[in-house]
Amino acid sequence: MAGEAEVEGSGLVFHPLDQFKIHPLFGDGPIEWYTPTNVTLWMALAVVVVIVVFVIGSRSRDMVPSRIQSIGEMTYGFIYKMVEDVTGHDGVKYFPWIMTLFLFILSANLLGLLPMSFTPTSHIAVTAVLGFGVFFFVTLLGFVKNGAKFLGLFWMSDAPLILRPVIAIIEVISYFVRPVSHSIRLAGNIMAGHAVIKVFAGFAAVALISPVSVLAITAIYGLEVLVAFIQAYVFTILTCVYLKDALHPGH
Amino acid sequence: MEGNIAQMGQFIGAGLAAIGSGAAAIGVGHVAGNFLAGALRNPSAAASQTATLFIGLAFAEALGIFSFLVALLLMFAV
Repeated sequence: MAGEAEVEGSGLVFHPLDQFKIHPLFGDGPIEWYTPTNVTLWMALAVVVVIVVFVIGSRSRDMVPSRIQSIGEMTYGFIYKMVEDVTGHDGVKYFPWIMTLFLFILSANLLGLLPMSFTPTSHIAVTAVLGFGVFFFVTLLGFVKNGAKFLGLFWMSDAPLILRPVIAIIEVISYFVRPVSHSIRLAGNIMAGHAVIKVFAGFAAVALISPVSVLAITAIYGLEVLVAFIQAYVFTILTCVYLKDALHPGH
Repeated sequence: MEGNIAQMGQFIGAGLAAIGSGAAAIGVGHVAGNFLAGALRNPSAAASQTATLFIGLAFAEALGIFSFLVALLLMFAV
C-alpha cells in the first residue's frame, strides 16, 4: 500500500493506515486466533497498567492521598457517581463491570498515544466485541429482570394509538443499531485521530511546511489526549444508558 | 491516462462521503452551542446536565464517523 501511495505522487512515504496493521509478534506466519500479535500485546499491557495503577494506588490508604492514590480515588468516585446518576440506585450492582470497561478502554486509548505503540481500540474487531458484549448482556438482563414487559421499551404507551406501530418499528431498528454505533464510534474516533496525526507527519517531509506540520501534530496530539478520555467516558455512559433501559424499560 | 472509471467513481464517492463529516461538525457545534447558551442562562443547572451533553455530542458525532468510515472503505477496501 505504501508503494501505491508513492506512485500516485501524493508525497507520502508511508501510508497513514499502515500503523493499524496487525502482525504476529514472533515470526511472520499466518495469524490464527491463538497467535500472539501486537493487538494482544497492547491489550495485555492496558490491563497490566490498570492493575499496577490500582494496586499501588490502594496500597497505602493515607488520609492525605498521594498522587497515584488520588488518581484511583477520583476515577472510582467519578464512575460511581455516573452509574448512580444514570441508572439509579439498583444499577450500582453493575458498577464493577462498567468500571472495568471504562478503565480498559481508557488505558488502551492512552497507551496507544505513546509513539511507536499500537491502539487496540482503533480496531472495530476489538470494540465490536465490547459493544456487542454490552448489547447481549443488557438485552438478556432486560428479559431476565422484566420478562415480557421489557418489550414495552418498543411500545410507547403515551403515543397516539395509530402512531404506535410505526414508532415500534423505528424503536426496534434503533435498538439493533445500538451495538454497531456503540462500537464504531469508539473505533472510528480513535482511528481517525491517529490517521490524521500520520497524515501531518507525512507533510513534515516537505521542508517548506514542516514547521507548521510539527506544530499541527503537537496540537492534534493534545486533542487526541482529550478524545481518548471523552471516548472512554462516552462508551461507559452509553453503557449506563442502555443498562438503565434494561432495568427500567417503562421510562 | 491511467486508472479507470471505477477508480474515479471510488475517489469521487469518498470525497462526497467526507461532506458527511462536515455536516456532523455542524451538528456537534449545535449541541455544544445550545448547551452553552442554556448554561449561561442558568449556571446552577449546568453541572447536572453535562452527562446529557456528552450523550448528545456522541450521537451527533457518530453519524460523522459513519461517513468517514464510508470514505475510508471506498478509498482502501473496495
